[in-house]
Amino acid sequence: MDRLNARRALALSALLLAAAPAAAESMVSGFLQQNTAFNASGVNPDGRRYKRLEERVQLKLDASAGGWRAHFKGDAFYDHLGRGAATEVREAFLDYSGAAFDVRFGRQVITWGLGDLVFVNDVFPKDHEALFAGRPLEYLKRGVDAVKFGAYPKLASFEFVLARSFRESRIPDARRFRHFDPMPAVTDRETVKPGQGEWALRAYRDFAGYDAAVYLYRGFQRTPSTRPDDLAAPVRITFFHPELSVIGASLSGRAGSGVLSLEMAYYDSRQDRAGTDFTVPNSQTRLLAGYQLQPWEDFTLNFQYYGERMHDYAAYRAALPAGFPEDKRWNHTVTARATQFFLHQTLRLSVYAAYNASNRDYFVNPELRYSFTDRVWGAVGANAFGGKPWGQFGQFARDDNIYLQLRYEF
Amino acid sequence: MKRWIALLAALLPLQVLALSGEEVMKKSQAAFLYPGKDFKARVLMKLVGRDGQERVRELTMLRKNAGAPGGEQKYFMYFFQPADVKDMTFMTYKYPAKDDDRWLFVPALNMVKRIAAQDKRSSFVGSDFTYEDVSGRDLEDDSHAIEREEKLGTRDCYVVKSTPKVGDAEFGHKLTWVDKANFLPLKEEQYDKRGAKYKLFTADEVADVKGTPTVIRRTMKNLQSGHRTEVTYLKSDYDLGIEDSLFTERFLRQPPRKWID
Repeated sequence: MDRLNARRALALSALLLAAAPAAAESMVSGFLQQNTAFNASGVNPDGRRYKRLEERVQLKLDASAGGWRAHFKGDAFYDHLGRGAATEVREAFLDYSGAAFDVRFGRQVITWGLGDLVFVNDVFPKDHEALFAGRPLEYLKRGVDAVKFGAYPKLASFEFVLARSFRESRIPDARRFRHFDPMPAVTDRETVKPGQGEWALRAYRDFAGYDAAVYLYRGFQRTPSTRPDDLAAPVRITFFHPELSVIGASLSGRAGSGVLSLEMAYYDSRQDRAGTDFTVPNSQTRLLAGYQLQPWEDFTLNFQYYGERMHDYAAYRAALPAGFPEDKRWNHTVTARATQFFLHQTLRLSVYAAYNASNRDYFVNPELRYSFTDRVWGAVGANAFGGKPWGQFGQFARDDNIYLQLRYEF
Repeated sequence: MKRWIALLAALLPLQVLALSGEEVMKKSQAAFLYPGKDFKARVLMKLVGRDGQERVRELTMLRKNAGAPGGEQKYFMYFFQPADVKDMTFMTYKYPAKDDDRWLFVPALNMVKRIAAQDKRSSFVGSDFTYEDVSGRDLEDDSHAIEREEKLGTRDCYVVKSTPKVGDAEFGHKLTWVDKANFLPLKEEQYDKRGAKYKLFTADEVADVKGTPTVIRRTMKNLQSGHRTEVTYLKSDYDLGIEDSLFTERFLRQPPRKWID
C-alpha cells in the first residue's frame, strides 16, 4: 500500500516538475546534511555503536500560478548502518485556494494541537526513531497521503482530512533500540496494516482573544499493538493497529505574562470498548496543560503537565496475563523546555526534559545549535533515557546517544 | 515700538501652535508607524558584526491599522532568508497598553504556535532592532519633553526627551530628533540607566511613497557591542486593500503569493 502511495507521490512530483517551467513562479531549494548519532555507551541489539550515520540531500520545488500551488520535498540518503541508499518523498502536494475554501491533495505533513512533544489531538503519523536518534526535529513528522479540505466561513474555520489509506507512525528500529519485549523467544512476527482509510476534522475560531478548536478523528492507533497467537505457548506475534476514534478540544491564549495551553481528548478504543482485550489499548482521556513564558530577552520556558487515564481499568487488570507489567490507571507526565539564544540568535541552547511520575520514566534532550553562516548550521545534542524497563522511555535506558547534525542549505 | 509689535506678531502664532513633547511624539508615531490604512514592504535586514561579518534577514512585512494612529494594528511577516527559516510566517496583533498576541508558523513541522511576548524590548530576529523599535513603543509608557529645537543636516527638528514613567531594567531615556516638516524620527539615541548612550537609530533615506514620506533606509547601531543592523525597504506601498482575513491562521499556514511577493 505504502509503495503504491510512494509511486503515486512520485508520479505527482514528476507532474510538478513538468509543470514548473510553465508556472508563473517556481523555486528550487534544498540542503545537504550529515547526521551522526552514536551510543553514549554499549552497543545496539545489532551490535553497532551508532543509532544513525547518514548523508542526505533534500530537494524542494515550489511552483505557483493563479490559485494553484505545487510543492515537492524529497530526500535521497545513504545510510551507513545497513539500510544503504534510498529515496523518500517527504511531501508532494497540489494546492488550490479559493476565496473561502482551499484544497490540498497529496502527501502532506499535518500538525494539530498544542503539545510540545506530547500529542493529544495530533493524531497524524510520527517518526519516533527520528526523535530518539537525534535527527532534526522536522523528521519527527511523517506526511499523510490525503486530501485536505479547508472551509472558512465567518462562524469558524474548518479542516477536513480524508485519507484512503492508513500511514503508521514509525517506532524505533528494534535493531538500533532495545524495546521492551515480553516474548523475546518468539521470532515469527508479522505486521498487519489496516485495509481502510481514515478521516479527521478540526474546527477552530477565536473566542475573546483565545484560540479555540475542536477535533474529531476516526481511524486507527498509529503505533502498533502486539498480539501473540497463543498466550501459553506463543509461536507467532502479530503487530496490528486497533481501531480508534478521538474527540477533543483545545484552547490557548495569553494568561498573566505568558501563554496558556489547554487540551483534552477522549480516545475511544473502538476495537475493545469493554477493555477486556489486553492487547488493545484501553479507552483513555488525555489531558494537557502548558504554560510558556519569556522571563528575559531571548529566553523562553515551557512547562507542561500531561495526563492519561484508562477508562476500563478493572477490566484491563482482570484481562492482563500474569507476568505482564501492569500500567497504573493514571499516567502523569511533566515536561519542561528551556531555550536561550545567544549571539544575535545564531546560537541556541535548549533543554527538553520529560518525567513520567507514574513509572519514574524520563527523557532528557539538551541541544546546542549554531548558525555558522546564513547557509550552514550545525547542532550537537544528546538523548538520555531512564526508568522502568517497560516504560515508554525506560526501555531505552541503554540507548543513550550523542548526536551531530550539520546542514548546508541552498 | 514697531519692532516690538512685529516681534510679538511673529511670536504669537508660534505660541499658539507650539507643540508639547507628547504632541510631537504622537504626530511622529502617526507619521512613522501608522501612515495609510495598510502598508507593505519587502524588508532586507543586514546584521553586521564588529568584525564585519554579515547576516541577512529578508522578509515581507504587511501592516494593517484597525483605526486611528495609536490604535490596534496587525502585522504579518513572511521570511525569505535565511534558508533555515524560509517560508516561516509570523503574525502580531499589537494593542496599545497591552501585551501583543504573537503567532509563529513553523513550516518544517507545518505547525502554528502562539508565542509568549511580554518582553517588547527583546531583539527582533536577532537584529539590533527590538520588537518595540519595529512596531513602536506605547507613548503612554514615557513622558515626553521637547529638549530643544535644532537642525539635523538640512532638516529642522524637535529634539524630544522620552523618559519611562515606570523604571525599566536597562532603558534610561531616549532622545528623538523629529523632523518638523513631516514628523519622521530622523535620529534616536537610547541611553541606559547610568546615562550612557548605548543605541543609535538613524533614518538614512526618506522617500515619497504615494505622497507619504517614508523612511526606506534605517540603521540601528549598538554602540556598546559595535554590532549594527541596516534595514532597507526594497518595495514599499500604502493602501493596498489588505483584507482583515489575511491575519488569520489560514493564511499564516498558506501565505497568499499576491501579498508576500
